[in-house]
Amino acid sequence: MHGHAISIWFFVGLSLLGNGALILGNGLWELGHPPAHPVVLYNLHASVWWGAALLLLGLFYILRHRPGKA
Amino acid sequence: MNSVLAMALAGSLVKLSPVDVVVIAFYFVLVLTIGWYLKGISNSSEDFFLAGREMTAWIAGLSFLSANLGSLELMGWAGATYQYGILATHWYWIGAIPAMLFLGLVMMPFYYISKTHSVPGYLKLRFGESSRGLAAISFALMTVLMSGVNMYAMAEVMKVVLGWNINFSIWVSSLTVAVYVALGGLRSAIFNEVLQFILIWAGALLIPIMGLIESGGWANLQARIIHNASAEYIHLWSTLGSFRNNPMGINWIGIVFGLGFVISFGYWTTDFLVVQRVLSAKDLRSAKMAPIIGAAFKMFVPLIVIVPGLLALGVLPFHLVPESVAATTGAPSYNDVLPLMLARYCGPGLLGLGITALIAGFMSGMAGNVSAFTTVWTYDIYAALINKKPSEEQYVRMGRWCTILGVIISIGTAYFVMQFASIMDYVQALFSFFIAPLFGTVVLGMLWKRATAAGGFWGLLCGTCASIGMYVWVAIKPSALAIFALSADAKPMAADMFRALWSWIICVLVTVIVSYMTAPKTDAELVGLVMGVTPMPHETDVPVYQRPWFWAVIVTIVFVVLNLLFW
Repeated sequence: MHGHAISIWFFVGLSLLGNGALILGNGLWELGHPPAHPVVLYNLHASVWWGAALLLLGLFYILRHRPGKA
Repeated sequence: MNSVLAMALAGSLVKLSPVDVVVIAFYFVLVLTIGWYLKGISNSSEDFFLAGREMTAWIAGLSFLSANLGSLELMGWAGATYQYGILATHWYWIGAIPAMLFLGLVMMPFYYISKTHSVPGYLKLRFGESSRGLAAISFALMTVLMSGVNMYAMAEVMKVVLGWNINFSIWVSSLTVAVYVALGGLRSAIFNEVLQFILIWAGALLIPIMGLIESGGWANLQARIIHNASAEYIHLWSTLGSFRNNPMGINWIGIVFGLGFVISFGYWTTDFLVVQRVLSAKDLRSAKMAPIIGAAFKMFVPLIVIVPGLLALGVLPFHLVPESVAATTGAPSYNDVLPLMLARYCGPGLLGLGITALIAGFMSGMAGNVSAFTTVWTYDIYAALINKKPSEEQYVRMGRWCTILGVIISIGTAYFVMQFASIMDYVQALFSFFIAPLFGTVVLGMLWKRATAAGGFWGLLCGTCASIGMYVWVAIKPSALAIFALSADAKPMAADMFRALWSWIICVLVTVIVSYMTAPKTDAELVGLVMGVTPMPHETDVPVYQRPWFWAVIVTIVFVVLNLLFW
């Protein structure tokens, strides 16, 4: 009935991609500018790898469920 | 002094950076965009109230789970874990999994085949108008009141955690929900619930990962908890032999029969807030699979709720206090566990994502309440009592107006609770009065063809009155708890379990007795509504691995193994 509609998974991908980019960008910036009050286990740089993981997952969902894809 | 504790005493638990604010703003833009986009494809009543009945099993299943995964629930149970230990996991495992599987395999076929729009709608088909009226009015009233109570509680949390103004939190979040649900109906609510589910995991999964690294693994965390609290905090079943042996003051009978049977089955199989999501499935097999998919994911929610509570017991350098003490001293309370652990491990951006997950949880819970209220009001009150033959256009128009009305009543309730905070507990208790007896009525209606209309109505009414009676009894005379919990050592947590158990038993007994005194319907009148007289579609045309019972067996095995592992 609504086969032409944009999939929910496309919106999920958009959300993961946007958040991943923001978190990864901030994590990379912090590598050069360490915070004055770092979080516990800051040395593991969770923002970098978690942000990258979200970004890649988001990219996967966007490409797989992009509007117009058969 | 620890910096987190100092911030708490200074007025807020965490401080957001500009990138956190951008992450939160991005979420609001996205949900409004989804609502606006879906406006164009929600023009019929079936589209608006049941998302066109075209959701896949995955979407219906995740939405079914997500509608229950509100932020207050997440924060509350993380706090309960800090207070009571791993026993809180029972609310996610025995207090959910068997009921979800029962809904999928046994009850869903009758909800789905009967083509009802709501749980009160099923009662109308099975027991007549009086049962539907009682269930619809109580559900509609309680749903908007609960939505308001949750709204106020969440605004309070935002004030404590972020230092946000209460009015700002209430108006921004509720107006956003009103816009996207009024525009896109249930489909919009479901889309946002799935988005919220993903955001919760993206925002909260880092806590157990980092926490277990900091603790040095599960075995070391257990050792720290035993050192900081006691060994009772890390056992799921072995301390439930008597009320005295565990921090919750409950025994295995209360957990297995009160929580695991009556409360859990009542909530997961008859609360329309969650059942509505499954009714949106595209076919019967998807409708049966959706709760099973939900159960599979539900088993792993303790990873982001219970583990953070246990980590707080193991690694925090200070002690959390009860709400009553926190209110006077300003120190962090049990319920602040999740934000505290977020602040501990998450830097800028990640913290914003964690807070977004909490806001998203609150908003989707509210959207769930509002969309369920709208459907019950429109079909079971407006179309049953006010305008008996509405047109398609009138249905959708009433749905949209009702969404806005529901949000306005919720906001009004939030401000009322703000003035009289003591009524909050009473409103929450009110909801529990109806759930256990309603399960008794619905399950007898589906499984026992001899149950009559009079039996269903009087069973539901007597069960509800019994529940209210026991609540008032304990409020007036606290020692009464020992009578119906069958032990002088029972604590308040046990009261809910045993009250539910007795009210369900009374509902069932009255239904059976009255049914034998009144004339039953013929088999022909019960086709599509009751087991034994309803032909079930066979599933022989699909491979074994696509059949619901196959996945239900897998989920059951994992469920049993997990319980044995943490015994």
